[in-house]
Amino acid sequence: MSELIRAPWPWYVAGPLIGLMVPLLLLLGNKHFGISANMRHLCAACFPANIKFFQYNWKKEAWNLFFAAGILSGAFIAAWLLANPEPVVVHAALAAELEQYGIRDKSLLPQEIFSLESLAAPRSLIMLTAGGFLVGFGSRYAGGCTSGHAIMGLSTLQWPSLVATIMFMVGGLLMANLVLPFILQLG
Amino acid sequence: MYMNNKTTPVPVSNDVQKDTDFEVRVLDTVCVNESQRQHPWWHNLKYLAAGMLFGIILVKSEMISWYRMQEMFRFQSFHMYGIMGSAVLTGIIAVWLIKKFKIKTIYGEQIEFHPKQFNKGQIYGGLLFGLGWGMTGACPGPIFAQIGTGAVVGLVILGSAVAGTWVYGLLRDRLPH
Repeated sequence: MSELIRAPWPWYVAGPLIGLMVPLLLLLGNKHFGISANMRHLCAACFPANIKFFQYNWKKEAWNLFFAAGILSGAFIAAWLLANPEPVVVHAALAAELEQYGIRDKSLLPQEIFSLESLAAPRSLIMLTAGGFLVGFGSRYAGGCTSGHAIMGLSTLQWPSLVATIMFMVGGLLMANLVLPFILQLG
Repeated sequence: MYMNNKTTPVPVSNDVQKDTDFEVRVLDTVCVNESQRQHPWWHNLKYLAAGMLFGIILVKSEMISWYRMQEMFRFQSFHMYGIMGSAVLTGIIAVWLIKKFKIKTIYGEQIEFHPKQFNKGQIYGGLLFGLGWGMTGACPGPIFAQIGTGAVVGLVILGSAVAGTWVYGLLRDRLPH
């Protein structure tokens, strides 16, 4: 049993469980599943700077910040108590492609990119800061992220969310296949 | 307005000067369905518990892994497509059941749904989000989960995402919507 929990969960277990977050939050208090709005609440709470977009009562949305804090602590539990001791399985073609760029570490986040030491390298700095910036900017511009649009929006059959989800995928495909190789070779 | 169960389409103004709090809410995905009830702060702990469940799923299904995202964008693995597809299917069935049987919240309130308004932000913003997602391999949920697993660089990603959100707020009235 313990081994089953520690091994990576297959999609048919994780997917339906994530789908159940939608009714869970609705039943707990009419809340719409979404996470990216937390970045806005953080701006409103910490640096509103007289910007109209950040002038609202963020405390009324505190549930969302509690939800984010829950994700953080749940991940802590999963990483320390339920961790998979085996290296992450990576598709052979991807592993070979990344080998060219010296990315070999098979933890969930390869340390050649996702470590404080590697932040000194241009590729890591670009991927984490520019990537994070685009995620924050784009999700607010689109009015939601993968949870708010792709899961909550599609669950309620909203076509604007389908448009957003398609554009998320278009952006990701362009980046991973056409642009990222140039960033990775920066070293 | 919030009390009745009918979903009333509300025209969205692009004029930021006229952005009342209500219109801000309509433009955004969350915070439209606000409970009328006032609870002490500790009632929010139930959302902490729900978040913990989500955080465990994000880590155990390896959705926080950069490798899983790169495989998805290269069509090398079905994993992420399976997760998104089955999550949406489950969500659609659950929402349909809630509507069909008029299921109420645990406090006995009507569950409300508000239609999303289309604006060009879903195209431009969606594309920009996708470009960032393809780089970091992290959307907002996994960013919090990465920090929880002890990945200190997650704080760098989160800080950059908050900065991106802030700059969007600054430029919002000059962007096409």
